[in-house]
Amino acid sequence: MTQPIAFIAVAVAVVLATQLAACGEKPQTATPRKADEKVWQSNDPSYAASGYKAGDAAAWDAQNRQRTQAQNEYNRTR
Amino acid sequence: MARMKFICDAERCIECNGCVTACKAEHDVPWGVNRRRVVTLNDGIPGEKSISVACMHCSDAPCMAVCPVDCFYRTDEGVVLHDKDVCIGCGYCSYACPFGAPQFPTNGTFGLRGKMDKCTFCAGGPEANGSEAEFEKYGRNRLAEGKLPACAEMCSTKALLGGDGDVVADIFRTRVLNRGKGSEVWGWGTAYGKPTQGAPAQPLPKEPTK
Repeated sequence: MTQPIAFIAVAVAVVLATQLAACGEKPQTATPRKADEKVWQSNDPSYAASGYKAGDAAAWDAQNRQRTQAQNEYNRTR
Repeated sequence: MARMKFICDAERCIECNGCVTACKAEHDVPWGVNRRRVVTLNDGIPGEKSISVACMHCSDAPCMAVCPVDCFYRTDEGVVLHDKDVCIGCGYCSYACPFGAPQFPTNGTFGLRGKMDKCTFCAGGPEANGSEAEFEKYGRNRLAEGKLPACAEMCSTKALLGGDGDVVADIFRTRVLNRGKGSEVWGWGTAYGKPTQGAPAQPLPKEPTK
């Protein structure tokens, strides 16, 4: 008599475990927005543009202007 | 300090979608998400115009204004970014944005809407510059590498320009002066009609007096 009850209990447990697996909820802790690093700060120089050295705001500004001006094809064609 | 801006020259855009492809490849953008796309006006009709559209990094960004969890921020260079750890994926920014920039990847067990994803001007996010975590959430940080957005830098016809707003405006001005036209091809008038194009507003009929 106890065997069928145990079997049913195990079966119910298995069914519940599989059916309710999708209901698992990740913890939802409210976090404030993180502060971003400055654009001229870089930790990995391996992909840096040739000739550009990170770590200096003025250098980044100069690099940015030069790089933007490189999109002006009149510099090459005229 | 530079103010980063995009501009797309509708006289030059050939709807090649190279910018879209470059963006997706550079940032490993998932299926169903397009941070940039090409829109064609009057498609198939002679004289059609195409422009490449993404987040315009507005100076007074409506997405920032409506976000209920304040996940947006603007960098010193004028790039509008957001923190995906704070975003709740509500979609308000999508309704507020006039350019349709915010994208929502479908993921999870029930295909729920994920956290918002959008063009970062290749400036990553609030993780450490160039870190693995930044790449996973936001893609490459090309600005920190001394580069410009991949979409603009690889544009074959140089229709899409991106970078310091002053320099970009200068390039576009030079171009318009050289070809003698083009300042009118993309702007408010093209998108929404010039006041002279529409018929004059008709006065409402008077209600009959009783």
